[in-house]
Amino acid sequence: MASDRAIEAYVRTEMVPEEAPPASTSGVIGWVRQNLFPNWWNAILTVVGLYLIYLVAASLIKFAFIDAVWTGTDGSYCRHDNNRGKVPQGEPIGACWAYVKAKFGQFMYGFYPEMARWRVNLTYVLGIALLVPFAIPSVPYKLWNAILLFGVYPIVAGILLSGGSFGLELVETTQWGGLLLTLVIGITGIVASLPLGILFALGRRSKMPIVRLVSVIFIEFWRGVPLITVLFMSSVMLPLFLPEGVTIDKIVRPLIGVALFSTAYMAEVIRGGLQAIPKGQYEGAMALGLSYWKMMGLIVLPQALKLVIPGIVNTFIGLFKDTALVSIIGLSDLLGIVQTSFADANWASPTQSATAYLFLAVVYWVFCFGMSRYSVFMEELLHTGHKR
Amino acid sequence: MSSATDVSEAKVPMWNDPRVRAIVSQTILVIVLIWAGWSIVDNTIHNLEQRKIASGFGFLGTTAGFGINQTLVDYNEASSYGTAFIVGLLNTLLLAFIGCILATFLGFLMGVMRLSRNWLIAKIATVYVEVMRNIPLLLQILVWYALLLETVPDKRGAFTLIPGLMDINKTGIWMPQPIPEPGFWMTALAFLIGIAAAVYTAKWAKKRQEDTGEQFPVMAATAGWVIGFPAIVFLITGMPLMIEWPVFVETGPMLRRGYQQGEGMVLNPEFVAMLIALVTYTAGFIAEIVRAGIQAVSHGQTEAAGALGLRRGAILRLVVIPQALRVIIPPLTSQYLNLTKNSSLAVAIAYMDLVAVGGIILNQTGQAIEIIGLWMLIYLTISLLTSAFMNWYNAKMALVER
Repeated sequence: MASDRAIEAYVRTEMVPEEAPPASTSGVIGWVRQNLFPNWWNAILTVVGLYLIYLVAASLIKFAFIDAVWTGTDGSYCRHDNNRGKVPQGEPIGACWAYVKAKFGQFMYGFYPEMARWRVNLTYVLGIALLVPFAIPSVPYKLWNAILLFGVYPIVAGILLSGGSFGLELVETTQWGGLLLTLVIGITGIVASLPLGILFALGRRSKMPIVRLVSVIFIEFWRGVPLITVLFMSSVMLPLFLPEGVTIDKIVRPLIGVALFSTAYMAEVIRGGLQAIPKGQYEGAMALGLSYWKMMGLIVLPQALKLVIPGIVNTFIGLFKDTALVSIIGLSDLLGIVQTSFADANWASPTQSATAYLFLAVVYWVFCFGMSRYSVFMEELLHTGHKR
Repeated sequence: MSSATDVSEAKVPMWNDPRVRAIVSQTILVIVLIWAGWSIVDNTIHNLEQRKIASGFGFLGTTAGFGINQTLVDYNEASSYGTAFIVGLLNTLLLAFIGCILATFLGFLMGVMRLSRNWLIAKIATVYVEVMRNIPLLLQILVWYALLLETVPDKRGAFTLIPGLMDINKTGIWMPQPIPEPGFWMTALAFLIGIAAAVYTAKWAKKRQEDTGEQFPVMAATAGWVIGFPAIVFLITGMPLMIEWPVFVETGPMLRRGYQQGEGMVLNPEFVAMLIALVTYTAGFIAEIVRAGIQAVSHGQTEAAGALGLRRGAILRLVVIPQALRVIIPPLTSQYLNLTKNSSLAVAIAYMDLVAVGGIILNQTGQAIEIIGLWMLIYLTISLLTSAFMNWYNAKMALVER
């Protein structure tokens, strides 16, 4: 009995309060240990990585901010004084932002008359007002929105931009340039390639041999050649193809090339979606007595297009980046007009091209990264239940 | 009774019969296509006559009269346009071939880095991918070219990349050039035999392991066949290889200083810029493909392999990578094709590829249709050949199902 009591004396009657986990496994230190220094070779990788980041970030920040020239009226503000400039000899010169500031209007609108630039801005505002509700999945009236965006908007935008009617002053397409032209080419390519791509994707899966053959040849041809040769073709050969006296606008020629080129890529993306739709959907639609176009339009395409939205957006990103190629055939899109501005002796400075390229990279990156984020967002919205 | 026969014999109106409709619509399509094709040809012939441009490929035999700074075959200004075209084609192929190999390495590295458990490494790879994929390649090419030309010493100086082997300045990257002497073909032949023997050894070793469970040091055998065997042949035949070193002149008249043309091997700055831009850009896409491929292998596979007692390396090599490759190969093919087609952007910095050379010829002769036709034909051929090869490889790697 006595021994029992002695044992009881050692039995705990209440729980010891929980101790916090060791500092080395939780909180900031724990996270750093686990994710950055779990073992010796990962520690080395982390240190090397940090050094690389330091190298890149330090030189970029130094160039773009610390040594940058923010104000100035000509290139002398960005040149050393032994080169007829205003910066003392020996001082580092960073990005010449004054130059981008001075040329900003040109970079955005090209040679579009300043008095009429409100029309461009209005076109942008209209486009955003239609695009934003279209892109948000929960906003209703998608069909009407699509009709407005892909059917009505291009016409309105065309009237607004080129003018010549409704009391608007005519602006020749040769005056279009900069980001405006990049967007016009990109968006026209997008608007044209989606319906055409659907047609060719359907054609490639058609049961009619000639339709299928024509679609396959079309798609494989455009996918097999580089865009730059397509652009050369559209700017040099297209005029030869047309009857005498018919001329195509200098801007429209590459537009046709870009549209056909991206149509082929779009068709392949959409074909992937069509193949992913179970056969039962087709058979169910046919059993209901729907015609081919009703079956496609009401049953198959809505599902297929939804499946491949990420792929479609990726094609758009590719198309947007590819618009930079029109500068090679002499159009003044964003890249083209920036390169043209290098010839301006007024703004000559050692960092001129570096500044301009940095500016361009940021602009293109913002557009493309924005689109790619949207594609990721849609992917996550559509792929429910497949994740581990 | 009568209703049943009615249904079977009920005539569908002709305009509603799918077969009739198919025939009619395809006939219309053919007629429209023929009409469009005919009118294009007709217009073109008419327009060419109007502009007094003679068509045909006769111009390929005329003297080109322009120089090309990187030639893999004999070419000078007196050579013909046809030779110039071939020089351009070879330059394209060289760039695309080296680019594909390097982009694969960098892309796999970045793809694996993105999946690293080290947070910083994964983030670096993510930033790399997002930057590379979202900036137009053309801009990247221009940036690399400008960087290359503006940051390196001019032609009278040099910056050492690898001491004693590789220097860089504005004229390009200078390296020693190996020049084979007579008898070197035996080493080359030994190398080819070595590869064949290594493949055969690997097959034999695999079969033996499957039959008996005994392992064979395949890696060592492969190294021996591919490196050791040619090396022995090379030594026996008396080292028939001369190494030509680049010559750098530091004294003497200013105009003569710097690296001497014709001594050693030089990579043009245009080639280097194109290569860096194409490789880093394409690697961003390949990294994503590799990441998706590895992630597509389900965790159950890794866990099951672990449960069988395989080590981490063996799990990767025997279970994950073979399955991931099936997902990776088809999109990888299209990236190789994209790289090849993107090499045509070389025209922007005047690297003398197919398009740049063709562009000069086009300006000199005005033979637009022929040259653009040749371009497209060549690129189409490259595309179709590459995809045929990769389809064959893909079929070989694909899952064999019942």
